[in-house]
Amino acid sequence: MSCKLLLSAVGRRRLHKGFAVCGKAFLSSGSPKVCIVGSGPAGFYTAQHLLKAHQNVQVDVYERLPVPFGLVRFGVAPDHPEVKNVINTFTQTAKHPRCSFYGNVNVGEDVSVDELQEAYHAIVLSYGAEGNRSVGVPGEDLPGVYSAKDFVGWYNGLPSCQELRPDLSCETAVILGQGNVALDVARILLSPLDALKKTDITQPALEALAQSRVCRVLIVGRRGPMQVASTIKELREMVNLPGTRPEMVAADFDGLCHILSVCAPPDLPRPRKRLTELMLKTALEMPTEKEQERRKKASRIWGFRFFRSPVEILAEPGCNRVAGVRLAVNKLEGSGEKAQAVLTGEVEDVPCGLVISSIGYRSLPIDPTVPFDSRRAIVPNSMGRVHNAAGLYCSGWLKTGPTGVIATTMNSSFDTARSLLEDVESGKLDVSSAKPGSHMISSLLEKRGVKPVTFSDWEKIDDLETRRGEVSGKPREKILTVAAMLKVAQT
Amino acid sequence: MAASAAARTSIGLTLRFHRVIPDCSKCPLYRLKSCTSNRANPQRRSSFNSFRTMNRHLQTSKCNSNSEDPDDVVNVVFIDRSGKRIPVKGKTGDNVLFLAHKHGIELEGACEASLACSTCHVYVSAAHFDKLPEPEEREDDMLDMAPMLQENSRLACQIVLTPDLDGIELTLPKVTRNFYVDGHVPKPH
Repeated sequence: MSCKLLLSAVGRRRLHKGFAVCGKAFLSSGSPKVCIVGSGPAGFYTAQHLLKAHQNVQVDVYERLPVPFGLVRFGVAPDHPEVKNVINTFTQTAKHPRCSFYGNVNVGEDVSVDELQEAYHAIVLSYGAEGNRSVGVPGEDLPGVYSAKDFVGWYNGLPSCQELRPDLSCETAVILGQGNVALDVARILLSPLDALKKTDITQPALEALAQSRVCRVLIVGRRGPMQVASTIKELREMVNLPGTRPEMVAADFDGLCHILSVCAPPDLPRPRKRLTELMLKTALEMPTEKEQERRKKASRIWGFRFFRSPVEILAEPGCNRVAGVRLAVNKLEGSGEKAQAVLTGEVEDVPCGLVISSIGYRSLPIDPTVPFDSRRAIVPNSMGRVHNAAGLYCSGWLKTGPTGVIATTMNSSFDTARSLLEDVESGKLDVSSAKPGSHMISSLLEKRGVKPVTFSDWEKIDDLETRRGEVSGKPREKILTVAAMLKVAQT
Repeated sequence: MAASAAARTSIGLTLRFHRVIPDCSKCPLYRLKSCTSNRANPQRRSSFNSFRTMNRHLQTSKCNSNSEDPDDVVNVVFIDRSGKRIPVKGKTGDNVLFLAHKHGIELEGACEASLACSTCHVYVSAAHFDKLPEPEEREDDMLDMAPMLQENSRLACQIVLTPDLDGIELTLPKVTRNFYVDGHVPKPH
């Protein structure tokens, strides 16, 4: 305790001497300053764990947009509001006395990772995956073809996707990919408007969907029913979607009943078993009378198409718009998760006016000094420690690749935090000398004309969005441009 | 592990401000009409302001009677991720996730008991697993997303204490360090 008095009396210049006088105990607890890049679930869960486990760590979270929470705000579907409850947990973390939020700061442009390393003892990169995987076929750039990432960003109010203005005037839409994002897109395209009106879907998206003529959505995958990447909750939502009926190809399910009931591999995981059972029931079972009635009245159709790979996106001759997809027919070699799709040589053309590719997000490198594995599109790491880069860590999709729900990201982030803390404990991460932290970065940003958005600035945006939403019975009416967000935040 | 010890001694300072605000309509107590909380009215999820004003006092008194009646006591042992046994005394009617939070157990509840995540995944002791009511379909669906799913997996936010659960042991899955090499677990998003 006398050390602290010595420090405050003598001032910063004598700080180092003060540490030496106090001895090792004070040194090893230190006051580590950690910077986290990205304020989605990965960033906030890493922050949460660090703050809880270390009494002195200061955590600063930097975010490119003026608003926090990443995919919880911009990725989770509007009709899944409970998933967004995690925002309350993150808000508590942000308001922790040893945590600060700096929005509107673009790491890589406004400030470099090198500068952050000068200012902080450790950096945790958790900026996720803002790019997408390209299908890699001719016609992919035709009007009417969108990535699911952009489509989801559009209806969820991501500022960079507000100019998408997808054309929903056709009847048939083809979604490439069969994961949960594909099902989210299908569900939003086919949901009754009444269901969407009370969500936080953006007003422009709601208006576009009100005019939409899309009434048939095919969700296409290279492999078979036992390889779909989506999960049962989302599939059940499609099966139960009011006003819709399923349209599957019975032959796609040949042999599956047998596999499940007679020779089910003993290690067939429960999730896969339940999911396949639901698909089989939907595709093959004779529906009850009540369900038959419901299906007769349904005006919208959805279905899986299996064993199909896109080879070209087609346009009507002389017309620069998508008119169909050419699909190659596959057969499966092997079984289970490792089964491979092999071309048979057959192709078939599916007419459609909207193509949405939902084959995966992809991380991008943001700073040349950070190692990046462009094949796997992740930052190479072990347990969250970036390879060949002392003081650099990563968590979330940037660390493990762009799959996983909030629970997955939470565990991955806690892991990274644990690695960082172990390194502090062992001395591998040197926190003995004081670092300037946000003071240095704030003055750099000021010189560069960048004005960070604080957490209470965000709360002004939050408050306005919530109040605007109340007018129309929505949880919030999102502000859709960075300029408008900054105006609210900083005036 | 040092981290969890630090966590538990710093309850007053740090993340045990962690609120888990229940969505009463999804709580099994509410559905069974056995909730003794004054807050048993259905929540309107559209009003976020009500969430911001929650405080710890409210958290520790929800879904449990405040009587000191020893017959109400249900002994629960949490086994945290480092294997440490943490015995706590709950009461009949307690929601196990909220009980965990009250005692600083490192069990997340990201969706706040609305059956929209699997972060409160626990393993239930064999002797008590069959005494729990069958999970509803929605709980099973969310359990399917949990890493390291086992036969005795349940979501803590759906477990309500009754006298015959006395002695129940709830183990937090060791989901770190190894989970991402577990080839079996699909990683949906």
